[in-house]
Amino acid sequence: MSTREVKKRSIKEISPIDVYMLLPKTNCKECGEENCMAFATKLVNREIPLSQCKPLLKKENENVFKQLWEMLKPPIEEVEVGSEPNIIKIGGKYVMYRHEFTYTNPTAIAIDITDEMPDEEVFSRLKTTENFNYIYIGQTLKLNMISIRSTSGNPETFKATVKKVAENTKLPLVLCSFDPPVLEAGLMATPKARPLLYAATKDNWKDMAELAIMYNCPLTVFAPNDLKLLRSLSKTVSQYGVKSLVLDPGTIPGDGLADTIGNFTMIRRSATKRGDELLGHPLIGTPITAWLENADSPPELKNWNEAHLAATLINRYADILIMHSVEGWALLPNVVLRENIYTDPRKPVAVEPGLRTFGTPNQDSPVMFTTNFALTFYTVASDLESAGIDSYLIVVDSEGIAVDCAVAGRKITADKVAEAIREAKVEEKVKHRRLIIPGKAARLSGEIEESSKWEVLVGPRDSSDIPKFLKEKWTTTT
Amino acid sequence: MRKLAEKKSEEEIQDLLRSLTDFQEVELEDVEIDIEDLEILLHSGSSRDLALHGLLHFLNTAEAGIASAKSIITGKRSPPRFATSTRVARAPPTALAKPTSILKVDFAVPTEEYLGQVAEVTLGATKSEGGSRGKTITIGGEKAPAFYLFESPTPHKPAISLDVFDTHVPLAKPVKMHVAEVMDDPAAWAKLAVDKYEADMITLHLISIDPLIKDTSPAEAAKTVENVLQAVDVPLIIGGCGDPKKDLEVFEKVAEIGAGERFMLSSVTQDMDIERACTAAKKHGHVVLSFTPMDLNQARQLNRRIYDFLPKNQIVMDTTTAALGYGLDYAFTIMERARLAALMGDPELQHPMSSGTTNAWAAREAWKKMEPEWGPREFRGPMWETVTAITLLLAGVDLFMMMHPAAVKTLKKTIEYLTKGSSGDPEKIANWVTAKL
Repeated sequence: MSTREVKKRSIKEISPIDVYMLLPKTNCKECGEENCMAFATKLVNREIPLSQCKPLLKKENENVFKQLWEMLKPPIEEVEVGSEPNIIKIGGKYVMYRHEFTYTNPTAIAIDITDEMPDEEVFSRLKTTENFNYIYIGQTLKLNMISIRSTSGNPETFKATVKKVAENTKLPLVLCSFDPPVLEAGLMATPKARPLLYAATKDNWKDMAELAIMYNCPLTVFAPNDLKLLRSLSKTVSQYGVKSLVLDPGTIPGDGLADTIGNFTMIRRSATKRGDELLGHPLIGTPITAWLENADSPPELKNWNEAHLAATLINRYADILIMHSVEGWALLPNVVLRENIYTDPRKPVAVEPGLRTFGTPNQDSPVMFTTNFALTFYTVASDLESAGIDSYLIVVDSEGIAVDCAVAGRKITADKVAEAIREAKVEEKVKHRRLIIPGKAARLSGEIEESSKWEVLVGPRDSSDIPKFLKEKWTTTT
Repeated sequence: MRKLAEKKSEEEIQDLLRSLTDFQEVELEDVEIDIEDLEILLHSGSSRDLALHGLLHFLNTAEAGIASAKSIITGKRSPPRFATSTRVARAPPTALAKPTSILKVDFAVPTEEYLGQVAEVTLGATKSEGGSRGKTITIGGEKAPAFYLFESPTPHKPAISLDVFDTHVPLAKPVKMHVAEVMDDPAAWAKLAVDKYEADMITLHLISIDPLIKDTSPAEAAKTVENVLQAVDVPLIIGGCGDPKKDLEVFEKVAEIGAGERFMLSSVTQDMDIERACTAAKKHGHVVLSFTPMDLNQARQLNRRIYDFLPKNQIVMDTTTAALGYGLDYAFTIMERARLAALMGDPELQHPMSSGTTNAWAAREAWKKMEPEWGPREFRGPMWETVTAITLLLAGVDLFMMMHPAAVKTLKKTIEYLTKGSSGDPEKIANWVTAKL
């Protein structure tokens, strides 16, 4: 076993005090924080980089800096692919389960191109990848990388394709070949791009390691369904001098699925819970292997199988994926899943406060309010939408907290609601003055009437009952 | 034009369904890669230089202190030509020689000990057990997180129950096209779901009992249940309308006419008369679904209240399923935490988990026509349900209530693969890089 396998404390075991004890304790505020303790707290929460502490960069603090760096570094290496300014970071995870902290660096999705694809297809794939964007809760969901495989096995062919792609995209690259001369030819076409190299195996590791060192690239180690070999190769190429590694324990579709996610899971647990540094590198999943199954089946089926294999891998710790599909219906669910899984569970998700309209409301339509907690908002919105209710919904800023907690915690007050009514200019839109409030905000009804001068109707506790409520209770007059 | 496109999508999805049925074994061509001897100029820069460069680069990124940073580095090399990773600490020890052959190390399977185990719950009862079902389904019993086969095999396959409604409900078009002919007849619908779509179980949603819809009487609802019982021989889940008073009346009646069938009553909620609901389940031998809105404390609390009346093996829990893109992150994390807590020994969460996966269709990306770049909803919709299901499967869900045949088929296959255990042949993918797709 490796000598470097010393158990490292997990992120949850490091307290701000541990960090504070090592800081200069000068309260110099150069980092922008009030004092060293505040800085320590932010460090532990990974909200500020260590380098913000200027005194730590002095020579006499070199050892302390290293000590803190070791203490705070994630158990999964953060690997950078690409060159400035087009760098993508993968890995850098602190935990196994997202609820333990938060996941960093959303799974990068690389789209497949080969050196035998006709130009037309190469360019259309580049275009699809670059233009892919979907707006979701204020975020633009995108694809991230291009993977180029040599199916020709010919160095010149590969070189030409890499050159063509590199000239036409700024997206970071993955170069794939098990044949070192082929990979080197690709690297020569774009020597400073720092692509991710795929892959070192038990047979070619030495040459691959040389390439990775010479071109200063991160290197993938591939040992399908053999964790002993994967670990051995990780140790070997690290010791050889390769600085940044990505691990591929193999994505075996179909009847290999149990082994595949078993391997991903064991690796991540070994790294995060047991401090195994040899396995503390980002994981690459290749759902593209779904295309190898049932070779004669229609492309829809292959797209289909690749899509749900990708979803499985996003859930089970893949830091980067290589996909062949360019179908929107196959990719969209995956980028949305990725966004969900990588949302910081420590922070409530909020939507923009303000007025929303449903259907085609008129001056007699009901006016309601809800909070800007995203889940609450989307639930209410979907209930109004599916019931086809023409209405106005005022989204009040509750700092992303659900109704009951927001009322209890004074995140929603009568004054805030009154102000939201004014800002939404809803008095210009309807002639009545009757506001339907969430059932869980019932205790604010009197105060809201006082502040807003609107009449308050206490609505249902669950938005699914709004249709029923309106049917029974809604009129524009008292 | 649009009609034609729709028609085409329908045909495609039918093809897809057929294809999903006929998975075939395919032999891959084994392409050997010849590795030629290489001549690569040895780079003069050692790993030590790279480590120093890395440190330098890292320090350079700090706004100030560059001078002092440089003084840390005793080497007199010029600045790095390439941006290097900031991974200072991980730089290989410089004292070690470059290996000439693979440094063999072992791998220790990282198993853990768990104090707790999920309860086993059996749904349905055969003739000899006092019911009339052709088979029963047992879920739960886990001793390790979902599909940690390196620790413990999955004791029971997660089960899939297909939704059947007793009255017309608005269904997404991609779903409706598969059940359109049976929507007026719950018994025929259930039969189709079992015979054609291979449902392990049927969830009969008695929506029509809703005072706001048809206000169907408990006796009438019970009649529908009897019809479905006769049409299929799989275990049944009885779903209410969400009105705690009406549901209770109906559950009491249905529990009685289906005495011994070991239904799952879906669901018992905090605002229900829990004593009455549980007493009905206990008296007639049924299981209850303990349903709470995405909150572990509320889940524990409700389960505790149910313990006053029912043993653990008659309780399944549902902590709420939100659709992919609409809160799936919460649903996933609550379930993952519930399962881990159960295994760590929290007795109040040691229940099999059920998911209303059909909720995936609440996402507009599932049912809506979108710009052409997002593909036909006939594929997008079932994929939405599939991804929602797989995510929750990995969190530990034992029972899925689902809708779309393609999603059901895919989840079934996935469960089969995940429970079967190690048969991953690395040869299958060894040469994926050169495969011409």
